[in-house]
Amino acid sequence: MLDIVIRIALFCLALAMVALIYRVIKGPSMPDRIIALDAIGINLVAIIALISIELRTNAFLEIILLIGILAFIGTVAFAKYLEKEVLFERERDH
Amino acid sequence: MNEIINIIIAIFIFVGAFLSLVAAFGVIRLPDVYTRNHAASKAATLGVMSVLFGAFLYFYLVEGHFNSRLLLGIVFIFMTSPVAGHLISRAAYNTGVKLWDKSVHDDLKTKVKSKDI
Repeated sequence: MLDIVIRIALFCLALAMVALIYRVIKGPSMPDRIIALDAIGINLVAIIALISIELRTNAFLEIILLIGILAFIGTVAFAKYLEKEVLFERERDH
Repeated sequence: MNEIINIIIAIFIFVGAFLSLVAAFGVIRLPDVYTRNHAASKAATLGVMSVLFGAFLYFYLVEGHFNSRLLLGIVFIFMTSPVAGHLISRAAYNTGVKLWDKSVHDDLKTKVKSKDI
């Protein structure tokens, strides 16, 4: 029973990622695309959790933390770039 | 007992996948950046936390080892995803992305203009 539920959940998540990719391609402004890419990263975390249940292994669970951290850092960097036009500010020289 | 555990895990995973799907449809259907951000940063966060909790219950109760990395992942996503949504929404407002045509109230307009960002 759990196998069928995991298949259905993987299908739902794949459909969600297709919908988000539509928003990445079409999105009228740049923050739309960043929101959709962040949500894609978070859905990828759920897909990895489901695949590691499906394969009955716990070898992939570090990847969950890794993708979570990378998605957060990428989103913060994009937001700062949009707002201030630079990523790393220079130190004042006085 | 085993069947009950399987049903609980299945409910958590199913609810999580359904919430992620609802978040994605919200990101498609809603009219402007701020409402899309509202959908994506709440529903997707809760859905992924639910899926990860189902995976944690599976590895703990069925396979029999306590996996702290999944709990860390739940806590981390719970802390960081709303913060990322807030930063993106603020960047969108400060770079001048318009609100929806039919939205009637903008509290931030006077404050941002007076501070002249």
